[in-house]
Amino acid sequence: MKKRFSPKKNYEKTRSEIGYVTRKKATPADYKRIGFKSGLEVHQQLKTKKKLFCHCPAGIYNDHDEYNAEIIRHMRPTLSELGEYDGTALMEYKTRKQIIYRIKNQTACTYDIDDTPPFLINKEALEIALEISLLSGLNIVGEVHITRKQYLDGSIPTGFQRTAILGVEGEIQLKNKKVRLIQLSIEEDSCREVSDIRHTRIFKTDRLGMPLIETVTYPDMETPDELREAAEYIRFLNRSTGKVRIGIGAGREDVNVSCRGGSRVEIKGVSHNKWIPELSHNEAFRQFALLHIRKLLKERVANGKNRSIRSSKIDPRDLGLENEHIQKAYNENFEIYAVNLPYFKGILSHFTQPGKIFADEITTRLKVIACIEKPNMIHTEMLEDHINKKDLEKICGILEPKEDDAQIVFWGPKEDIPTALETIEERCQMAFDGVPNETRKSFPDGTTIFKRVLPGANRMYPDTDSAPIPLKTDYIETLRKNIPQTVAERFRQMKSWGIPEDTYHYLLSKNLAPMIEQISGKFGFEPKFLGVFWGHTFKNIEGKMPQHKNFSYNKIYGLFKFIHNEKLQPSIAKRMLPVIYEHPDMEFSSVLISINFRKKSMNELLAPVDFLYEKFKEIRISGNDKNTINWLMGQVYRQAAGNVEMKNLKKEIEKIVHNP
Amino acid sequence: MAEDIFQGYKGAALGVLRKFNVRVWGQTLIDTTRGKFTGTVLPRSENDDDRHIVLKIPTGYNIGIDIDTINNMKETGYQKANYKIPEKEFPYSDHLPNVKLFGTGGTIASRLDYRTGAVIPAFSPGELYGAVPELADICNLTTEKLFAIFSENMGPAQYITLAKAIGKEIRNGIDGIIISHGTDTLHHTAAALSFMIQNQPIPIILTGSQRSSDRPSSDAALNLMHAVYAAGHGDIAETLVCMFGPTSDEYGFLHRGTRVRKMHSSYRSTFRTIGDIPVATVKRDEIKLIKENYNPRRKDRKVNILPYFSEKVTMLYYYPDMKAEILDSLIDMGYKGVVIVGTGLGHVNKEIYPALERAAKKGVSIYMTLQTIWGYVHMFVYDTGRDMMAKGVVPAGNMLPEVTFIKLGWALGQTEDPVEVKKIMLSPVNDEITEREPYNGYLVYQGGVPEVEDFVKKFRK
Repeated sequence: MKKRFSPKKNYEKTRSEIGYVTRKKATPADYKRIGFKSGLEVHQQLKTKKKLFCHCPAGIYNDHDEYNAEIIRHMRPTLSELGEYDGTALMEYKTRKQIIYRIKNQTACTYDIDDTPPFLINKEALEIALEISLLSGLNIVGEVHITRKQYLDGSIPTGFQRTAILGVEGEIQLKNKKVRLIQLSIEEDSCREVSDIRHTRIFKTDRLGMPLIETVTYPDMETPDELREAAEYIRFLNRSTGKVRIGIGAGREDVNVSCRGGSRVEIKGVSHNKWIPELSHNEAFRQFALLHIRKLLKERVANGKNRSIRSSKIDPRDLGLENEHIQKAYNENFEIYAVNLPYFKGILSHFTQPGKIFADEITTRLKVIACIEKPNMIHTEMLEDHINKKDLEKICGILEPKEDDAQIVFWGPKEDIPTALETIEERCQMAFDGVPNETRKSFPDGTTIFKRVLPGANRMYPDTDSAPIPLKTDYIETLRKNIPQTVAERFRQMKSWGIPEDTYHYLLSKNLAPMIEQISGKFGFEPKFLGVFWGHTFKNIEGKMPQHKNFSYNKIYGLFKFIHNEKLQPSIAKRMLPVIYEHPDMEFSSVLISINFRKKSMNELLAPVDFLYEKFKEIRISGNDKNTINWLMGQVYRQAAGNVEMKNLKKEIEKIVHNP
Repeated sequence: MAEDIFQGYKGAALGVLRKFNVRVWGQTLIDTTRGKFTGTVLPRSENDDDRHIVLKIPTGYNIGIDIDTINNMKETGYQKANYKIPEKEFPYSDHLPNVKLFGTGGTIASRLDYRTGAVIPAFSPGELYGAVPELADICNLTTEKLFAIFSENMGPAQYITLAKAIGKEIRNGIDGIIISHGTDTLHHTAAALSFMIQNQPIPIILTGSQRSSDRPSSDAALNLMHAVYAAGHGDIAETLVCMFGPTSDEYGFLHRGTRVRKMHSSYRSTFRTIGDIPVATVKRDEIKLIKENYNPRRKDRKVNILPYFSEKVTMLYYYPDMKAEILDSLIDMGYKGVVIVGTGLGHVNKEIYPALERAAKKGVSIYMTLQTIWGYVHMFVYDTGRDMMAKGVVPAGNMLPEVTFIKLGWALGQTEDPVEVKKIMLSPVNDEITEREPYNGYLVYQGGVPEVEDFVKKFRK
């Protein structure tokens, strides 16, 4: 007797066939085996007062339902400068989306909604972007040409993003390798999505038009760890200017991944660098899985004649189908179709990502392209929630499938059926070609789903509303003189200071090295002490306590100035910090009072030690000197902190203990 | 003439291209003091400087290279772009009305022009069908390019050519006419055609776009669909302007050609009916009447074409302390008609009065209109107004200044006799002067007021 086909077992079998390993278990050899290749597009908002092409304030955000008016737009594909249509544009057009923009008067003007041509580019933004271009070692262009980059998903009301290249061909130095940069552009940020249901997509325009830069690397990264390192490096580099925005969404990465024989797939808008390794790992293996699927399909077709996909409209009442999803679809007046996919048995449940199978690629495309909300289909290889045998027989009675076929039943409003059928057929056809070029959306669990077709270079068009901006060599050289040290130089510097390595990430991400340099240079405190102060003490406080709105790093600079002027020991800063963090407007002398600090000389501090020593002798349980010294130090520590160096105090106490 | 292989380059930049033997559309490797650059040399706009060479780099972006930084250039290939909207033959369906589209230029049908770096008009039915295939579901479309000019270059000669061409089409049996037109002077042309084409049996619809059709969010396609629907299926046999109602892609207005005005430099919803309400709203497949009175479509082929225009007509926008010599010099130059755009209810300063008298004596027709745009000229309210009327100034009622100008040119094209001119001017052809101004004919709501904000939030403006 023939064994019943188990989708779950097939999922597990195909997972092991492609040699999937988890991220934790993966070794560089695994990445070599699948030919992992990856590049980055790092987006970074610039800290400017106003937006890039209009005079609206930048960086003021509002809630979804906080708006003054709504605007509707429909997008149509247009030709690129070179006379071609872009694939993404045509896909988006297929979706027939109605785009609604929610506008708040405070943050959006007639430029944002494309009812006014652009104003001159924000000079402040351009200058910051140029500084970062120089820091990235890029060849700076002679003239900036604003270009329109088509986006038909509605994320920008004009249907294009105004963007311009500032530099090409640079490089950054990671720990063990150099990574080449393709280019750096300045551009306007897009709208934030509120919702996307059926044929209506809603955006809000608060973030729209804010100045943003995009640094693009070559696909030089060969492991997920390298990828993360490059992402961190570029983020630190951007922050080292002190002129970029930080916080949620201020820096976002698009991660381009492929495996050997695969295609470039872009994972869009990853806002945490720590997610990058897992996402890129899974994507590379997803591509590896798709290549395996291609191999299986080609083998099957080689043995038989290629048969085309067949579909049939079905009436679940007539057929007496019991499936819950189908009944629900029927009750919502959807049209229901059964589709036969020749050769797809064992493919629909083929592993693609952890917990995901090939059928998921189809259901997401139905949602994105045909705009049919999930669940929009069931199929013969579901991991859970199987179609029962009776239903399956009835459906197969209509489709008359062959042994190695698989079946889908999908549903949707009548007007979306043609696009849906086209979409299913298209995706199945693509399986014979391997990995489709896609933009994918990421999830925190490390998996991704289809977002849209990957756009190419065929979506560029010169911005006829803006004149080119010349960049004179004198101007570039003046800027070059003022740029900060590179991140690689900062690493070396921190090492030479002897700062513990576990603080590097924090210090670079907050751009604190210049601050350490400044405090140390001005007041003569040890950079090593300051590094630990910021990287351990400050970070710890920051993680624990709410920050007062008036607090800024400059308060800490002021604190060390005070300690220097009052000739106190720098260690007192650790005790003062929590108070200052919470009450930044308090005078430093009052802070000292609040922590019960009194100025005392070494002799004053040592005065009670003899008495304490005698007392300790009464209560101690062993005669160990070390314990004694520690206990005595503990007794006078709080009074001593800030007055004398601890190691000196210890020496004095040791003298008393050793030579009574 | 040989093809220009250095399109748009001049002076020093041209010299550099010649020196290194690199053509426009040549794929090039450039070695500069700022590093190496690769890409395709693009044409340069003639108005831009001669210090830079434009390059399309492999990622599709354009950049400029400062010629002073160039050490060496080398052409490694050649690939010319072919910017062409895919042309497809416009399909014909028996059951759909026949609509003729006259092209005059303007942003509704335009594409990139490397010479100026701006957009230029471009147009053919095949292109239109390629770009807006939905048109084929609405009508059978034929097109004729009459001119390819920006709307600011439209004038009397073009009005006359248009009127005659439309007359011919009507007699040949067309079901509707649309005219694609730049928006800046769309309302001037609409007024001119309202006077030159009278008693027509079919709709004549003027349309354009505020965002050029090379942009994904252009209003061109929707305006075109609305206009074609109104021309082919609509019952309003008048000269109408069809443009966006709200700035959203929702519906269009059909404005009477004699009462419409462009009111914002860049908004999509820039055209408004002034001192009255629009005739109708239009969607891709529906017209909703707002006004009850209009000239309905007829089966016959009768139409009066009155293609007259005198160019001896001018406009004078009044400003405080205007000197009489301004008006005098216009009269001396031989102008036969002057439309004054006066303040308030229709006033100018006393200093001009003698010049008004001199003009009247020379048989010049002078009409008073309003800077306030809305409202009627009321010259009886103050003595000064009565004085002016005594000196021969004719109040133009609530006729819009631009419409008065067009009508006066049209009237003077028929007669220079001020009495005859006045008869023509004050007999409305199609509501250019209305007897009454409805309360909702003037609605300029002020933002910031809670109830207005409430309204704006609920309904798209």
